[in-house]
Parts: sequence; structure tokens; C-alpha cells
Amino acid sequence: MGQFLQQLINGIQIGSIYALIALGYTMVYGIVRLINFAHADIFMVGAYVGFFLAPVMAKVFGGAFIPTIVAAMLITGLLGFVMEKLAYRPLRYKSRLSALITALGVSLFLENFCSLPFVFGPQFRKFPDLIVTRQIAIPGNLGLIISNVLLLDVGVSVVLMVLLFWFVNKTLIGKQMRAVAFDKPTASLMGINIDVVISTAFIVGPALAGAGGILYGTTYGMLASPFLGIWPGLKAFIAAVLGGIGNIPGAVLGAYIMGISEAFATSVNSNLGYGIAFAILIGILLIRPSGLLGKFMPEKV
Amino acid sequence: MTFLRAHRTIATVIAFVLVYIIVKVLNLSGILNAYIIQLIVLAGINIVMTVSLGMVNGFTGQFSIGHAGFMAVGAYTSAMITTVWLHTSTANPWVAYPVFIAAILAGGLLAAAAGYLVGAPSLRLKGDYLAIVTLSANELIRTVIRVTEGLGGPRGLGGIPKLTTLEVVFVFAIVSVVLMRNYLFSSYGRSMKAVRDSEIAAESMAINTTRQKVFVFVFSAFFAGVSGGVFAHLLQFIHPDNFSFVKSLEYLIYLYVGGSTSISGAMVGPAIFTLLPELMRGLQSWRLVIYPLILILVMIFRTEGVMGLKEFGFILIPQRQRKEVSA
Amino acid sequence: MRRLFVIILVCALIAGVGVGCKKAEVKPTEQVVNLGGIYPMTGGSATFGTSSMQGTVMAVEEFNAAGGAMLDGVTTTINYINEDDAGSPEVGASAAQKLINQDKVIGIIGAVMSKVTLAVAPICQSAGVPEISPTSTNEKVTLVGDYIFRACFIDPFQGKVMANYAWNTLKVKTAACLFDNGNDYPKGLAENFRASFESLGGKVVAYEAFTDEDKTVDFKAQLTKIKAAKPEFLYLSGYYGSTALILKQARGMGLNVPAGGGDGWDSPELVKIGGAAVEGGVFSNHFSKDDLSPKVQAFVAAYTAKFGAAPDALAALAYDAAGLFLDAFKTAGSIKGSNIRDAMKNTTFSGIGGAYKFDENRNPIKAAVILQIKNGQQTFLTTVNP
Repeated sequence: MGQFLQQLINGIQIGSIYALIALGYTMVYGIVRLINFAHADIFMVGAYVGFFLAPVMAKVFGGAFIPTIVAAMLITGLLGFVMEKLAYRPLRYKSRLSALITALGVSLFLENFCSLPFVFGPQFRKFPDLIVTRQIAIPGNLGLIISNVLLLDVGVSVVLMVLLFWFVNKTLIGKQMRAVAFDKPTASLMGINIDVVISTAFIVGPALAGAGGILYGTTYGMLASPFLGIWPGLKAFIAAVLGGIGNIPGAVLGAYIMGISEAFATSVNSNLGYGIAFAILIGILLIRPSGLLGKFMPEKV
Repeated sequence: MTFLRAHRTIATVIAFVLVYIIVKVLNLSGILNAYIIQLIVLAGINIVMTVSLGMVNGFTGQFSIGHAGFMAVGAYTSAMITTVWLHTSTANPWVAYPVFIAAILAGGLLAAAAGYLVGAPSLRLKGDYLAIVTLSANELIRTVIRVTEGLGGPRGLGGIPKLTTLEVVFVFAIVSVVLMRNYLFSSYGRSMKAVRDSEIAAESMAINTTRQKVFVFVFSAFFAGVSGGVFAHLLQFIHPDNFSFVKSLEYLIYLYVGGSTSISGAMVGPAIFTLLPELMRGLQSWRLVIYPLILILVMIFRTEGVMGLKEFGFILIPQRQRKEVSA
Repeated sequence: MRRLFVIILVCALIAGVGVGCKKAEVKPTEQVVNLGGIYPMTGGSATFGTSSMQGTVMAVEEFNAAGGAMLDGVTTTINYINEDDAGSPEVGASAAQKLINQDKVIGIIGAVMSKVTLAVAPICQSAGVPEISPTSTNEKVTLVGDYIFRACFIDPFQGKVMANYAWNTLKVKTAACLFDNGNDYPKGLAENFRASFESLGGKVVAYEAFTDEDKTVDFKAQLTKIKAAKPEFLYLSGYYGSTALILKQARGMGLNVPAGGGDGWDSPELVKIGGAAVEGGVFSNHFSKDDLSPKVQAFVAAYTAKFGAAPDALAALAYDAAGLFLDAFKTAGSIKGSNIRDAMKNTTFSGIGGAYKFDENRNPIKAAVILQIKNGQQTFLTTVNP
């Protein structure tokens, strides 16, 4: 029982980080119907920003965590905005395939460009300690020990998710985003500035991914290379599809399901843990392509 | 000259044979060493892979991004046959080559079967979803290989006899491209283009779009599998990491930069990208920075790729032939 | 017109590539031959690659400075060409092809990681080019063929060393292993440890794996399982990056038992990334810079002066591997692979790792050292003879 709970907790921890990434995928897809393959690399940039800026932040502000995460979110938000403006906007009215291919290109480019020695470099980086890690024993006789980093991961993620829900549901721009996601041409006829809405999605989504990057760095303590975004990104993407791509609560649900399944699958066999993500994906697409919470959208002529 | 004009097919064949002879002479005289020949061979393999991908992505308008998975199936199948089961060695070519051909064909067939398994349930999904499915299929195939100790698992499969030579690739590339081209220019091929241009209109014209799409997918997977077999017998060592979705991405870059809607485009792309690195030797670490940049720029400024819709003369021959005869 | 242009472009590329690769003319009384090295300059073992390359370069420079070799009256010096294998068997294999076919190297020093060497070796073997790996410890490497040598001990010995240490010195009765099953080296080493430990009477209560060190950062699922099995010792047979992460996560979960491993731990990054979590860990290695023999101390001094940091085992082994090869090359007096190979088989070379004598599988018979991380530094504990 103790082991079961521990694995569950492990899964929730990973799932929190996946959720932050998945939200970005789902928001962008909902609004421009584009799978932004480069999103995973924005997550990576967020982590590296943490690596480079944390020492500075510690000196200037005293405490390192909050300033670093804010800085990372600002920088990744800006990166997302620039990415959309330069690479995706010119293709907005061309075929979706071109945009997808371009997204793949942007992703590859970011990964390899950041690997160049004068950018982030290909070597291992020890992520600076933003908080002092402590073990916390859970009362009771199950022998559960968790690290305070876990609480941080889940806590920060939940706070950001709540902020996002408020933003999407209670603000004007959020309402505009929902309108554009629902029906873009009509929304523009209603006087909504599509450019602003799209740019907003490309700021908010990437900002969340940037926060995810900082949490990743804090949790694992090491940045292996600028390719570190690929696998978490893929799993977060599958999580978004699992929940229903375009659906914000769905992305969160999918992320936690993904994280927990991964923890349990790995405890059985590490190869299973590696492949479970894809098995889930294929299963969902065959059984219910619109995802758990998504709606089926018939194609009109 | 009029003889050659009227018999363009023969002329083209002669031209290709001449090219082969020239390359062979250069090789034997030491001007083009073994490493360069290997590059040319690799380019040939990449051409077949890219053209086969082009059949699905360019001509049918689908979005398959996991093509390397089928290559893996073909590579491992053929390698298992020649290496583990039949212990073929280059020592006796009369035995080795027929086995080799049988092995790569088997690899192609198994890859086609995999293509069917992946395509049949998924091709009814919308474009974006197919992308995800093919990517996952690619990774699933890799996972299966990794967990199977008999296939060398995560440590790769080595000791494969080097049966792929310039001659083999030459013949293989030409035969493959001809077969694919004939399909694309046939009435079936034209119905594929109809599917690409407007799936709903095509359906209302009584084209069974799903069946067409599945067939093309399977057909293209076959060629990917055969390419995989040829590839395995060149490198002598294969590993699941050779066939990751990054590899699939590379083929996508070759295809879209060359021009996804023409066969010639699918040939030009890989030719350029396989040979380019050699000229950029000092810039190796910049290779994967520049390639995607080229892709992005091409997509933004010249979406149809280098070749666009235009084809090389030799691709179009039989049609011109027909026109001239009837005129 | 476009078609013609494209055809000409492609032909020009092929021609340009071919012509651009012509070798330069050489003078008759002196010549330079190429020696290749394949090391992980990028990727998760990049520090291994840098050390190894530096060790090799030092050996080559000393050889050239001492006058090189005499081949039929022609003074022959070595031009060393370093290639990156990025820790990938595929990249390594292609580097080998290039070195052999393009650069016509007389030999290859490399690789570091067994999985890469296993891909490179068949290519060297079938081309008749001798290869010596400084640090690949997996037993399958030299079994590829008689052109393949190594300068280090092999994993059956290494696993035994740590098993004996755990059983006899630490007096633990149960152990757990966690390793990368996508890589021959950690997998083989873990298997060897388990076999030795159990033959001594111990019990391996948990034997968990993860897939692909490059992609795995989260080991909590496996560690949870291991913790529940209550081992007294944790054997981590992988490389420094994953080991550091595993120990951090293990300590974070309250798994505080002693930990040990193999030569993959040998890097300053282990302490840098792992911090307090790796303190007290022990590992088997080939070389300790605290060794007081004059030869070792001279090497340490020269290396530190040249590269600004003390040498690790990889640098030392690469230096010896290259030295051994060059010594055989000099003895053979020929660039023919088979001659160099034969000279290597019968070598009496004495390097900083001691006297090298190859057994029938071209593995040297050598001792191991056990090092411990104390106060963030590698400290020498003991030497273990075979």
C-alpha cells in the first residue's frame, strides 16, 4: 500500500510539470489549429533561463525562486510571441501542413541552435539550487517520505492553473480567446482583433511552459542538453490529446493521468514506462479521437 | 538524334548507364574514394525514402511524420534474415545476393504490413491526428525493437554483411522510383491527387478515399522497408536510434524543401541534403541549425519547394511519348 | 532550364566533393601518417571524451617529439585526427568509416563507451585496422576480432571487485542494482556484480532498470520499488550523470544506504551535480592520481601543466592506449595493419597503468583501484589485484 501511494505521488509530481506544458499545446491548438512542435523547446529555454539567471536573481533580490520563475515566464512568453510573428503568421492563410512543417523546423532549429557552444552548449548543466531541499516524512506508518520540491511542483502548477482558468473564463481577452477558438471567422466579424488574440495565446502558453522549465530544473537538478524538452514535450502533447486537444481542463486531466500511468508502468518494467505514453495515445485515437473531454467536430463542406 | 527523341525511354536508360560508368571509373581511379561512394549510396537510399514519403504527403495530401518506423521494420527484418538466421557472408556472392534480395523484399513486405496496421484504422482521422498517430507508431516500433533482446534490443544489431554496393543502390533506386512514378501517373494516382485536393469532392465522385489512402500508405511503407534493408546492409550496424522521429523529420525536410508535389522534388531534396554536409565539413555542428532554417525559409517564401510542380524530363517520358505518337 | 540547372548543381556537388578530397603531396624523406581517435566529445559523457582526447594528444606529441618511427628509412610522425561519436553507436560507426576510408588512418584509439566500441569494432576488424579502446570494459568488445584490443580491465573483474568490497569490507548482505538496460556497459557490469555478489552468499533484492540514460531523469518509480525491498547497498553501474541524479532522488526519498559503482563514476561532474548525495560513494577505477609511483606523478604533473587540470582515469588510459599503439607501430616499422596488430599482441609496453600483457582475448591483465568520494574529492582507498 505504501508503495502504491508513493508511486501515485511520484506520478502526481511528474503530472504537474506535464500539465504546464500541455496547457500551452492545447491553448495554441484551440486557437490556430496548429500543433506547435516547438513548444517543447520553449520549455527547454525556460529551464536554461533559470540556469543562467538564477545566480543573478539571487544577488539582486535575495531569494532566487520567485524572481527566476517570473523572469523565465517573461522571456519564454516573449519567445512565443516572436516565434508566432516570424514563423507562423506568414503562413496563417496557407495550408495547415506548411505551418506544421514549419513548426517542426522551428523545433529542430531551437534545439540545435541552443546546443552551439556560445548559446547554451551541449554539456550537462547543474541547475542552481533555488530552494533548500528537505525531506518530509508523512505521518502514519506507511513510511512515505516526500521532498519539499514535490510540494513546490504541485503547488506552483496548481496556482498557475487557477490563474489561467481565471484568465480564460473571467477576463475579456479570455472570452475573446474562447470565441476565436470556437469560430474564428465569426469572431473577427464581431470585431475581435484576431492578431491580438493569437499573440496572447502565444504568450500565455509559452509562459506556462517556461514556468514548467524552472520546476523541471528545480526538481531534477540537472539540465542534460538542449534536447531535454523533447520527451517531456511529447508526453505533455499526448496528455493534451488524451484530454481533448483544445480543451483546457482536458489538458490538465490528461497530464495527471499520463504522469500517474507512467509512474506505475515504470515500476513494472522500465521499457513499459517508455512505451506507455504511445500506447495511451494510440488507444485514445482509436477509441475516442476527440479525447476524454473533447467534442467531436464534424467537417463541413 | 531523332531516333533518341522518339525513343526517349531508351535514351534515358543509356544516360543512366553512362552516369553509372562515369562514377565507377572515377571510383576505381581513386578520385572518388570509398567514403564518397558511400555518400552517393546514402543519397540513393534517401531518394527512395523521400519519394515514398512524397507519395503519401505530397500526392495524397496526408501528413505522415513517422516514416522512419517503416524503414526500421524493413532494416531489422532483412538484417535478421541475412545475419542471424541465414548467416550470409559476402564470401560467396552467388548465394549472398539472392538471399539479400529476398531479405530486403521480405523487409519491405513486413513494413507494408506494418503500414497497413498503422494506416487502416488511422487514415480516417483528420490530418493533424494522423501526424500524431504516425509519430507514435514510429516510436512504438522503436520501443518494440528496444525491448526485444532477439533483435539486439537497445544495444543494436551488428555484424550485418556489407551487401549494399553502388550497383545495388543504382538498380534499386531506379526500379523503385520507376514503380512509384508509374503508380502516381496512373488512374489510381490521379485519384490520389483528387483526394488531396478535396477529399469530400473526391468522395462524391465515387472514389473510395479511405481505401485509396490506405493503399498508398501501404505501398509507400513497402518502399520505406526496402530502403531500410538496403540501409542496414550499408552501415553493417543498426540501432533503434537510427530510426527515431528525428530521422523521420529529416526526410520531411528533404521532401518539403525539394518540393512535395513532384517526384523530382522528392529526388532533388535528398540529393542536395545528403551531399551538402560534405562541403560543409568544418561546420558540422551547424548542420542541424542550418537545415531547419532552410526548411522554414522555404516554407515561408517558396512553399512549393525547389521543384514545385515541375518534373524532370525523364519522369514524364512515357506521357510525352504517348502524345507524340498519337499526334 | 530549371531541370538542367538542378542536374548540373547535383553533378557539381558530387564532383566538388570528390575533387576537394584529394590528399596533399608528401616529401620522400619524412612522412606523416594519420591516427584516428573516436571519443564522445558531446553528449552525456562529454567529460570522458575531452579527457581521453587530451591523453591521446599528449601521447602522440611525445611520440613525435621523440622522433617518431622509422619506416624503411623514412621518419614517420603521426597526425592525430579526433572524431566525435556523441555517445552514439551510429555516429561512432560513421566516424570509423570516415577515418578508415577517407583519412586512411593506420589505427583507431577509441571509443570510450562500450556500446560505441561495439559498433566501431566490426568496421575496424573487417578493414584490418587495429583498434584499441582505452576504457571499454564490456567483455564482448575484444571478442569481435583479433584487431581489437583494449587497455583496461573488463567488467567481470570490475563487478567482482565491488562485490568483494561490499561483502568483505562493508559487510552488507543485501544489495540492489539500478542500471540502464539500453547500454551494454551498465547492463553487463550490473550482471557481473550480481553474479559475484550472489556467489559470495549475498542476495540482490532488487534489480531495476531504466531505459536510455539520455532520456531518463526521473528514477523515483524504480527507487520506490528498491526502497521497499530494503537493500543494504545500492550498486549503480552507470555513468556520472544518471548516477548523480539517482543518488539525489534516492536520498530525497530517505534511501540512505551506502552506494557503489564502476568507472563510469569518474568525473568531476559527479560531485558537481550530485552534491551531498554522492558523498561516501565508492567506485572501482583504473587509476588514481594519488598513486605515488614516479611514472604516474610525472604524468600527472605534465598533464596538469598542459591542460590546467589533473588527469582522470580516462586521460591516463587514453595516454597508455595511444602509447601502446605507437610503441607497437614503432616496433612493427610498417603501416600495415596486420604487422601492427602482431606487434601489439606481443607488446611489453609499460605505461602509467603498469606493465601491459595481453591475454588470448587481447585484454590486459591489470589491477583496479577503489576510490571514495570524501568531502567532494576522490580519495584513494585500496588497490585490488586480479
